[in-house]
Amino acid sequence: MTRLRTLISALIVAAAVASSLPLLAQVTSTRIARAAAEPQNWLTYNGGYSSQRYSPLTEINASNVANLELKWMVQNQVFGAWQSNPLVVDGVMYVTQRPNDILAVDARTGAVYWLYRYTPSDKARVCCGANNRGVAILGDIVFMGTLDAHLVAVDAKTGRQLWNTEVGDVNKAYSITMAPLVVKDKVLVGVGGGEFGIRGFVAAYDAKTGKEAWRFYTIPGPGEPGHDTWDGDDWEHGGAPAWITGSYDPDLNLTYWGIGNPGPDWNAKQRPGDNLYSDSVVALDADTGKLKWHFQFTPNDNYDYDAVQVPVLADINWRGQPAKVMMWANRNGFMYVLDRVTGRFLSGTPFVKVNWASSLDERGRPIQTPQPQGQPTYPGNQGGTNWYPPSFSPRTGLFYFAAWDNYGTVYRSEEAEYEPGRIFTGGGFTVVSPAAGAPTVGIGRRGPINNWTNEVGHGAVMAMDPQTGAVKWKFEQYDVSDSGMLTTASDLLFTGGREGHFHALDARTGKELWRAGLGGQIVMAPVTYQVDGRQYVSVISGSVLATFALRR
Amino acid sequence: MTLNRTRALLVGAWLALAPQLAAAQADHQYTSQDIEAGARVYSSQCALCHGANGDTVNGVNLRLGRFRRAITDEDLAGVVTNGVATGGMPPFKLSAAEMTAIIAFIRAGFDPAGVAVKVGNVARGQSLYSGKGKCASCHRLNGVGPRLAPDLSDIGAARTPSALQRSLLEPSVAMWPINRPVRIVTKDGREIRGRRLNEDTYTVQLLDDQERLLSLDKADLRTYELGKTSPMPSLQKTFTADEVADLLGYLLSLKGTP
Repeated sequence: MTRLRTLISALIVAAAVASSLPLLAQVTSTRIARAAAEPQNWLTYNGGYSSQRYSPLTEINASNVANLELKWMVQNQVFGAWQSNPLVVDGVMYVTQRPNDILAVDARTGAVYWLYRYTPSDKARVCCGANNRGVAILGDIVFMGTLDAHLVAVDAKTGRQLWNTEVGDVNKAYSITMAPLVVKDKVLVGVGGGEFGIRGFVAAYDAKTGKEAWRFYTIPGPGEPGHDTWDGDDWEHGGAPAWITGSYDPDLNLTYWGIGNPGPDWNAKQRPGDNLYSDSVVALDADTGKLKWHFQFTPNDNYDYDAVQVPVLADINWRGQPAKVMMWANRNGFMYVLDRVTGRFLSGTPFVKVNWASSLDERGRPIQTPQPQGQPTYPGNQGGTNWYPPSFSPRTGLFYFAAWDNYGTVYRSEEAEYEPGRIFTGGGFTVVSPAAGAPTVGIGRRGPINNWTNEVGHGAVMAMDPQTGAVKWKFEQYDVSDSGMLTTASDLLFTGGREGHFHALDARTGKELWRAGLGGQIVMAPVTYQVDGRQYVSVISGSVLATFALRR
Repeated sequence: MTLNRTRALLVGAWLALAPQLAAAQADHQYTSQDIEAGARVYSSQCALCHGANGDTVNGVNLRLGRFRRAITDEDLAGVVTNGVATGGMPPFKLSAAEMTAIIAFIRAGFDPAGVAVKVGNVARGQSLYSGKGKCASCHRLNGVGPRLAPDLSDIGAARTPSALQRSLLEPSVAMWPINRPVRIVTKDGREIRGRRLNEDTYTVQLLDDQERLLSLDKADLRTYELGKTSPMPSLQKTFTADEVADLLGYLLSLKGTP
């Protein structure tokens, strides 16, 4: 008996030591698959393979969140929106800054261990700024995609480059802005360039060597199923990029990716057909890249409604039956629930003003209602939501995302001729505004004075019940928001917006519990992690990465 | 004294520039075909990042001629050709005709119809401003006058000719939303009227009718009303077309203190 007690005590001590020391084990795909078991870390772009951005950490809760205080900041010295999402592994934070730097940072103090700098080719072309959204990690290797469409592997301890592989041709305006996703022994990444007439793809690379393992073209070639949804040679330069990190279901061995707009963006008549797999989600075998199923949200898109949202996976009771679902608030203004085993459409509900489609049919296909020339289309060009990462809390059963409400755009179509590496958008657009020539909302916040006002649209954090499509609560913001969401097991929701307020909301009611005015636009989601038993929350606002913890 | 001299200098500078401007308006510098062609180049190549109004990139307002680096047309062509690596702007391979067109469009304030706006005599416009138009009774100019309505010291740089003309003739239609007149009643019963300067989710900043800078928490307000009608009277019925053109000429000469 005494011996047994001693043994138990020894085990308890061993466990305590293990949890207080940095884990020496390397990051493996198995560890990532069980990310919930190590909430002190943030192991992938979306915090785990299911991309719920839900943390089991509870030290910070509704009763003490008001005691959050700033612990440290890292200041980015590079101009432009800072969209990077940090990873945290055993007390070390890995975050990127423009154009293609990686910083390894002490997650407790903000002190920098090393800086890796990659200079992309000056031929790199991107539609919307020199963005990079972060890294992936496997073993002791950190992976980053680059603006000139390379994938680099960097030693996580030293910042030394290990290999550098060309993913896409920079002369044809391929680029990478997303954080890669590690699955098993491979690094998966997609390409940007939907405004330049690329032929999009998702590809997998051997993590050790950088050798390509498989490639899935998001536009089927001749002889492949779906090729007939393109006319003539349109498929060769039809866009369909993949510029937001996908998700992975280890049990099904399927990896899910959101695919972007067809090109030319605003002239659907120039590319008749459904234009698969633009504006779709594709489910790929993680070992081979073979397509298992697809679901298209916006066939023959005329509005740049990229489906580059994060596929959020959850196992829930769907109307009484256990189900493996995927939740998806789309740029086109509808919130979808899909069966992620088969791709079957379960439900779809508009969450903002929508007039490009009257409704969805029983298979989820939109009944399109194009607006007359010169009349506004809702939602507008940046969408009802966009790439900003959502969150699903298994505790509340609610799906949280940033919506742009009452925001419309007048589109103009023109014939566009494809030339490699050049803009291929086929027209243009004007955001609806109450006075001709008055300032209006753009891709990013332009300064401290909001002279476009909420008359051109406004933001809202929406908490939606996926079972019914009903908005359970809404937290309205005066300016629009490109901020993602973070929920915790203490039922907190952290988010931001273009105004630079960092909010902590009650995830059940939407009531604001705490906020900090950080003064710069928040264009990424917050993350949370733990070091030495203390919970931290990090968020990027303007050119500052700010990290908070409870006052002690 | 200093002020008068500044104004004299401004007017002098304006007169020196006037022949060039007249030439531009007579299509001698850029043709209206250039400007129209430029609009097409702009919408296909530039609008995605720079926005329909040319103001969606930080620190740049193409429509109003505000650039980070460029001053001359040659500078502009250089930026377009070489891109701006640090800002993420790609280089563009434009033909000579496309380059001429895009610069024409930018220089015309994105306004293919802009040349049609009649711009009259600056000196007569100045008399109308302080005399018949009574503009100075609400607007402030170069440090003089009330702050009730927006300061006009740089209005010629801040607005295109056609937008300014619309403001004179249809002020409520042309009013920017941020400038809507505000009426507020606080929870403790204070009534405040003024002009809005800025707003976010939690607060509103304004200049009240006593010319005080106020920043109010929305949670403290009982009533918050925004007027859709501009307090400015239309000149449609009180001014002749020539008078409107003269006043417009004067306003366009206001480019801020040098």
